[in-house]
Amino acid sequence: MKRVIELTINGSAYDVVISPQDLLIDVLRQKLDLTGTKKGCGQGDCGTCTVLIDGRRALACLTLAIACEGRRILTIEGMEKRGVLHPIQQAFIDKGAVQCGYCTPGMVMSAKALLDENPAPTEHEIKLGISGNLCRCTGYVKIVDAVRDAAGRLQAGADSGKGA
Amino acid sequence: MSGNGQRFNVVGKSVPRVEGADKVRGKSVFTDDMKLPGMLYAKLKHSTVAHGRILKIDTSKAAQVPGVFAVMTGDDCAKPYSVNNYKPSEWPLAKGKVVYYGEAVAAVAAMDEATAERAADLIDVQYEELPVLLDPREALGRDDARIHEWAEHNVGYEGLQQFGPVDDTLEKSPHVVENSFYSSYTHCGFLEPQSTLADYNTGTGLLTVYTCNQLPHYLQQTIARTLDQQMEKIRVVIPTVGGAFGGKTEATPSCLVACMLSRATGRPVKITYTREEVFHQNKGRHPAHMTMKMGFDNEGRITALDFDCLLDGGGHSSWGFVVMWFIAALMHLPYKLPVVRYKGKRVYTNKPTPGAQRCLGGVQVRMAFECMLDMGAEKVGLNPYEIRMRNAVEAGYKGPTVIEVRHTEFKKCLESVAARSGFVGKYGKLPYGRGIGMAGGHYSTGGAFLLYPSFRPHSTAQIRVDTEAGVTLYIGATAIGQGAMTVLCQMVAEELGVDYREVHLVCQDTMLAPMDNGTYDSRLTYGSGHAIKNAAADIKAKLFDVAAIMVGAGKDHLECVNGEIRSIYEPNRKVPFRKAVYQYLSSVGPLFGTGEYTPPQPKGDYDGKLIGPSPAFGFTAQAAEVEVDLETGQIKVVGYWEAGDCGKAINPMAVEGQVEGAISMGLGAAFFEEMVMDAKGKMLNPNFHDYKMPTALDMPDLQTEIVDSYDPTSAYGNKEVGEGPVGPVIPAILNAVYDAIGIRFTEVPLKPEKVLWALGTIEAPAERRLHVSSESTYCARRGCAPDGTPL
Repeated sequence: MKRVIELTINGSAYDVVISPQDLLIDVLRQKLDLTGTKKGCGQGDCGTCTVLIDGRRALACLTLAIACEGRRILTIEGMEKRGVLHPIQQAFIDKGAVQCGYCTPGMVMSAKALLDENPAPTEHEIKLGISGNLCRCTGYVKIVDAVRDAAGRLQAGADSGKGA
Repeated sequence: MSGNGQRFNVVGKSVPRVEGADKVRGKSVFTDDMKLPGMLYAKLKHSTVAHGRILKIDTSKAAQVPGVFAVMTGDDCAKPYSVNNYKPSEWPLAKGKVVYYGEAVAAVAAMDEATAERAADLIDVQYEELPVLLDPREALGRDDARIHEWAEHNVGYEGLQQFGPVDDTLEKSPHVVENSFYSSYTHCGFLEPQSTLADYNTGTGLLTVYTCNQLPHYLQQTIARTLDQQMEKIRVVIPTVGGAFGGKTEATPSCLVACMLSRATGRPVKITYTREEVFHQNKGRHPAHMTMKMGFDNEGRITALDFDCLLDGGGHSSWGFVVMWFIAALMHLPYKLPVVRYKGKRVYTNKPTPGAQRCLGGVQVRMAFECMLDMGAEKVGLNPYEIRMRNAVEAGYKGPTVIEVRHTEFKKCLESVAARSGFVGKYGKLPYGRGIGMAGGHYSTGGAFLLYPSFRPHSTAQIRVDTEAGVTLYIGATAIGQGAMTVLCQMVAEELGVDYREVHLVCQDTMLAPMDNGTYDSRLTYGSGHAIKNAAADIKAKLFDVAAIMVGAGKDHLECVNGEIRSIYEPNRKVPFRKAVYQYLSSVGPLFGTGEYTPPQPKGDYDGKLIGPSPAFGFTAQAAEVEVDLETGQIKVVGYWEAGDCGKAINPMAVEGQVEGAISMGLGAAFFEEMVMDAKGKMLNPNFHDYKMPTALDMPDLQTEIVDSYDPTSAYGNKEVGEGPVGPVIPAILNAVYDAIGIRFTEVPLKPEKVLWALGTIEAPAERRLHVSSESTYCARRGCAPDGTPL
C-alpha cells in the first residue's frame, strides 16, 4: 500500500509517496533527486550511502524510508551552509582526500558523525570512525589527514566562538 | 627543484583539484545520478549455469507486464565483441550459449526499476548444462568441452618470445633458482557500479551514450561495430567516473544493451549494475600460474630467465591478448635481462572474465620475479638490496627487445627505500616472527602503438582563447579520479600564465573533444602534456605577433606569467594577457591553437613486438616490515616504505594519493582479495561483505617519497605514477614473511589459515595444495631451529 509520509531532510520537509518496502537511498536519489548520497553496493557494505538520522550515522541502503518519519535526516547536500563549505568538506579538498569522489559524500558524513561525538579523535579513532566506508582510490592516508585537520578547524572555530 | 634546472610557476605545486568542491558537496554528476525526460529503466536476466547451451528463452510473460516497453535476447544482437576485436566472443546478450554464471541472457526496459525487475523474473530460460571448467590447467585437457567452438583445447591466445640461448645459459650459470607461483583472482573494486544512460534520437538518428568508461573514443568504435551504428551518429559522454582502475576500459554488455533498447523504444534507457552484476561482469586481474627459472653469475647478475605463464582467461576474450604480451614486456624491466624465454598462454574457463586491472601484467610478473631475486640473492650470498642494485637498469638501457629506457632514477628509489627502512641492518636480523622484504617495480607511460588500428596522433589538444570563455582546453582525456583535470589545467596555466582554476576544460565527450587514445596504460599525463604544450605554443606564436607590438619587445622574447605577457629580458615591459587577447581578436580574428603527440614507434621483429615499448617508464621501490602472529597466522604490516620515480610530479599531492592508493590495492591482493567460485562456477562472494578490500583500519603507516627526477623526453619532465606502485607490494610482503618465518609463500592472498597450514599448526585440507616452496635456509641463515629457538 502506498502512502504519503513527511520526511525532514536537511531542515526541509518533503511529502513523499512511498511503499512500505522503499529504501531511504532510493527515495533520496530517485524521488527527491538528492543524488549526492551514493549507492555503491545496496547491501550495507561500502558506506557510500551514509547519512545522519537524528545525528547518528545510518546506511540509507538498509534503512526503510517509512521508518524515518518524524526524524531529522542530514545528507551531504545539507553540509554546506549559504555557499560556505563545512570545515570537513574544505579539509577534504585542501588535504587531497578526494580522488574519484564516489566515497566522498559518505566519508564526509561519517567524519561528521565522528567529530560531533568526539571532537579530538586519535588517529586510531579516526580510522575506526571511517572504517565502515570503503575507498578504493586513496589508501585512506589523506582522508585520515583531512579528518584530523577538520577536527582542528572545528576546534579553532569553537574556541573563537564562531562555531561551525 | 627539477633535475635539469627547469623552472615552473604552476607545474610542480601541490594544488587542490579543480573538481574537488563539487565532489565534497555531492554535486558531481555520476551516470546513475542522471535522469532524462521519458527515461526507461532496464534490468538484465542472468544465466544460472556457468556453462550451458541456451535451449529456449520464453519472454512472452515478461512482455505482457504493464509498463514494459521492450524485451530483448541474444537473437536481437548482431555481432560479438572484444578488445581490439581479437577473437570477439562476448555478446551484449548471450547468444546460443552461456560461458559463465551471471552472464546476461535477456533484458527488459520498463517504466521503472521495479517493473523491469519483475518482468525479468518472468523470463524463462532453459539450458542444456555443459561441463564446467574452472581451472585453466584442466581446461587445456578438455578439448571435448570447448568453451568456444573455435578455441582448440580452450586456448584463446598463445605466444613465444625468445632472446638468446636460454637453456645453454642457464646450464652454464653457477646459480639457478626455480619456482612456481600463483597470482590471485581479484576485482578492480571501483565503488561506482557501471551505469549507462543511452538516448537515441529517432528524429536525427543520433545515439547519445552517457556512461562511466575510461576510453570514450574506443567505446564509440565498439558501439559502432557491434551495433551497426554509424560512428558519426554516436556521441559518447562520460559523466564523473567513480573509480575505474582498468575495469572500465571496455564496453559492458549493459552499455550495449542500453543502446539497443533505446534504439528500439525511442526513449532514453538507463541500466545500472547491482554490485553482484559488477562482480559477475568482472574484467579484473588475470590469475596466472607461473613458473620461473632464473640464473645468476657469481656476482649476482641475472644471466637468463625462462618464464612460463598460464593465464586463466575466464569466459571471454576481453584484454587477454594484450595481457599475455604485456606480461612478457614487463619482465624486461626494471632489471637487466640479457637472455630470456617467455611462453604465454591464455585459456578460457567458465568464470567471470578477467580483463584489465591497474598495473596490468605487472602484478603477476613482479610477484614471481621479485621472489626469484630474493631466492637468487640467498644462493649467491647477497643482501636482497644489493642484488637489486647490481641488476637495476640505468638510463640508456636497451634490452634484447625494442624496449628502451631513456630515463630512470630507479637506483635512487632503491637507495632511498633501503636507507629509510633500515633494510640492510634489519634483513635477517629481526627476531623470529618479524621480517623485512623489498621489491622493485616499474610501469610504462603509454604504449607506442594505438589500441585503434590507425596511425593518427595518440593525443590531441585544442586551446581556444577569447573574451567570452577565457582560456578553454578541448581534450579527449578522461578523468577517473586520478586528478587528470587538475594537472591538465596546471599545464595550460603554466604555458599561458593564467590561474589553473580559470582554465575551462571540455573533455569526456567524443563530439566536443578531439580523439584521444584513452585513460589506460598510464599514458594520459605524458601524452596530453606534449599535446598541450604544442597547442599552447601554437597560441603563443599567434598571440605574440600582436603582444610584441603592444609590449615593444621582440616576439621571441616574450613569456606568459601571472596573467601578463612580458619581455623575458625586461619584465617591466608587459601587457595584461587579456588585453593582448582582446587586441588579437579585434585585429586578427579567432584565436585557436592545436597540438598533438605520438610516441616514438620502434620497429621490432618478434611476436608481440607492438606491446611493451613506451616513451617513458616510471619506477618504484618498496620495503615492508611484517610481524607474523604465530598463534593466529595473522600478518601485521608494521612499516611500509616507498620511493618513486615519476619524473617531475606535476601535482605532488595527487602523486602521493596515487601511490598510496596503489599500495592499498596491492595490500588488498596480498592479504584478502580473491573471487571464490563453488564447484559449479557460481561466485560465492559477489559482494563487499565477503570480497574483502582494505578499510582504513587495515592500512599500515605508509611512508612514500617522490625522488628528485626529471624526464627530459617529457613535456614537463613527468611520467607514469598510477600503476607501477601496485606491482611490488605482493612480493615485498612475501619476501618479508620469508624473512620473518622462513617460509616462502608463492601464492596470494596470504590468509591466516595458509600461514598456520605452512607452520604445521593446523592441518591443511587434503584437496588444498598450498603454493609454498619447500626449500628453506632459514635455520642456517638465522642460526636457529625452525620454530625460532636459538641453537
